[in-house]
Amino acid sequence: MAKIKLAKSKVDKLVEICKSFDNEGSELINVLHKAQETFGYLPAEVQEIIARELNVSVAHVYGVVTFYSFFSMVPKGEFPISICMGTACYVRGAEKVLEEFKRQLSVPVGETTEDGKFSISCLRCVGACGLAPVVTIGERVYGRVSAGDVADIIKEYQK
Amino acid sequence: MEKYKMHILICGGTGCRASASEAIQNNLQDAIKAKGLEDEVQVVMTGCFGFCEKGPIVKILPDNTFYVEVKPEDAEELIEEHIIKGRKVMRLLYVDPENKETISDSKHMGFYKKQIRIALRNCGFINPENVDEYIARDGYAALGKCLAEMTPQTVIDEIKESGLRGRGGGGFPTGLKWEFAAKNEADQKYVVCNADEGDPGAFMDRSILEGDPHSVLEAMAICGYTMGADKGVIYIRAEYPLAITRLKVAIKQAREYGLLGNDILGSGFNFDVEMRYGAGAFVCGEETALIHSMEGLRGEPTVKPPFPAESGYNGKPTNVNNVETFANIPVIINKGASWFNKIGSEKSKGTKVFALAGKINNVGLIEVPMGTTLREVIYEIGGGIKDGKKFKAVQTGGPSGGCLTEKHLDTPIDFDNLIAAGSMMGSGGMIVMDEDDCMVSMAKFYLEFTVEESCGKCTPCRVGNKRLHELLDKITLGNGTREDLDLLRNLSTVIKDTSLCGLGQTSPNPVLSTLENFYDEYISHVEDHKCAAGQCKALMQYVIDPELCVGCTLCSRNCPVDCIAGERKEAHVIDASKCIKCGACMEKCKFNAISIQ
Repeated sequence: MAKIKLAKSKVDKLVEICKSFDNEGSELINVLHKAQETFGYLPAEVQEIIARELNVSVAHVYGVVTFYSFFSMVPKGEFPISICMGTACYVRGAEKVLEEFKRQLSVPVGETTEDGKFSISCLRCVGACGLAPVVTIGERVYGRVSAGDVADIIKEYQK
Repeated sequence: MEKYKMHILICGGTGCRASASEAIQNNLQDAIKAKGLEDEVQVVMTGCFGFCEKGPIVKILPDNTFYVEVKPEDAEELIEEHIIKGRKVMRLLYVDPENKETISDSKHMGFYKKQIRIALRNCGFINPENVDEYIARDGYAALGKCLAEMTPQTVIDEIKESGLRGRGGGGFPTGLKWEFAAKNEADQKYVVCNADEGDPGAFMDRSILEGDPHSVLEAMAICGYTMGADKGVIYIRAEYPLAITRLKVAIKQAREYGLLGNDILGSGFNFDVEMRYGAGAFVCGEETALIHSMEGLRGEPTVKPPFPAESGYNGKPTNVNNVETFANIPVIINKGASWFNKIGSEKSKGTKVFALAGKINNVGLIEVPMGTTLREVIYEIGGGIKDGKKFKAVQTGGPSGGCLTEKHLDTPIDFDNLIAAGSMMGSGGMIVMDEDDCMVSMAKFYLEFTVEESCGKCTPCRVGNKRLHELLDKITLGNGTREDLDLLRNLSTVIKDTSLCGLGQTSPNPVLSTLENFYDEYISHVEDHKCAAGQCKALMQYVIDPELCVGCTLCSRNCPVDCIAGERKEAHVIDASKCIKCGACMEKCKFNAISIQ
């Protein structure tokens, strides 16, 4: 993975986040949540600083980041597309919807389009099973989506 | 609430909010203001009503009118007609699909008739962000009763006598669990609420937290009183932003009222609650894994004993219960164990909340007495199968459960009967499947989930499930053999017997139960290379019936890979070599000319 150099202001921000949790190693998950909220994702450099500040090994931080699906080491797209793959959505055709998004945007799940606009991810049940299958883009929720609707949905964001 | 003459309740659950219930609220408020009725009519955003299929729901009190599928633009008419002129807006009322009668009061609807709401008692009735409304419905009365009139042991005895069993999946008697934690002496103990609802298709815990957060806080304080703990922690999924917000509001209000904090209600008992966030790991629903995650570690389970009641969070005695379990506690204390244990079946007392979803007419959240049959749930409450299709199976217990069939429809649902039938209660997901669902694909779907969510600590679960998934994949691609079916069964048994925690011990259940109940379907995949449900792409082909095709060109225009050829007003043909089997053509065809072979 390409190394990025963090601006000093961002490093300071991270140090501050760690400090707000008393630099406690047991607060690691809370620190990561805050860090991801701030940076959008958790690149290696961010993890290194967190490890240093909390006085734990980088391997430990990396182990936790990769264990939990909520944490991401790659930046998400400007419009993050999430397809619900909960059982209720699955039996109502979510897989076909996912295939269509992947095909139209030519990116696999977990990655971002080259222009940085869209990223695709699967999530497990947003609890809107009455609207299955469900797709969320950012905060917006689309219900009862079929493969045929995909092109129109993408178009909304391509302007 | 008494100051107003009328109350308009709007569902603020995640499903209804996704269908613009906030806009409805705003429009209603604007319309009320325009008519100068602010002092007489109050608009309240409540928790989930449960009837998600017909959302967004708007209910008007005191006359209990239940409006369904309301849109923001209906707001003005509702105020003008119902509130001012006292006339119901007929087109927004629920119509019984059987006799086509219009029903305005929810208690007469098939969906609600058989339900008894204990855990969901306040969802859809109160504003979850207002502690006064919770108190008005006997909220915190149970905590007061415990602190003033009961000793910790009498509270535990009451819960034991009620027969309440853990609603998160395990079904362990709650009173007994509390007693273990109470007996272990320590300088610090913890009460933990497991709100890491990871079972896809189950959303009851979230609905309770969104609709009635105080019921959980009250129960946690009661639990703390029985075991001598002054700290409570709610471990909640970061994916539930609304539930997190409502909990934060509730904790703040409870502290302001002296219902959390030091010297609660002047009793000398101290108890406070904080929150920890999950980060998306299904295995964290297992209590030892959950505790490790709370400590900032990877959420990997450890061998029990020691049980959390001896050595849990930070090595201290810890009691972990699930949200729905806690939500039952205040009612048991208020109404008594003997009231509660009259509801339900012999060994499973009380009610259970189920998230009814899939190919069913009435998707939603329901709460029924234990012992209700699957038939009652699916046909009377659920309104039967969607689009008049044939019922095939119902999956209970999520990725740890199994598929039940026609022959199980009259089985009373409780912890023990579901296990005897090869499935389990789990957290209460109930997914209904029809004739178009392939059971081999279904098993594969669940295994995909397990493979992704296995924490990797023990070999049977990490490697075994992966091999199961590969075998299932091979079968859905048409390359399976009869020997593979035996292998599936053997491997499943080994994984069940040798895995460390509940995840691995139950993950092969979807495979075993489909093998047991749908063996013919597996056979037709491996021997005839056919998928009768038409779901296994490798085994199917889309074809256009030239008799039915009118040449409207809709399919070819919608084909993403341009593999449909044909002139206008002439029968079209699909080029099977280019077809990616996305199904878009079949979905668009208005003449039912496209079928799967």
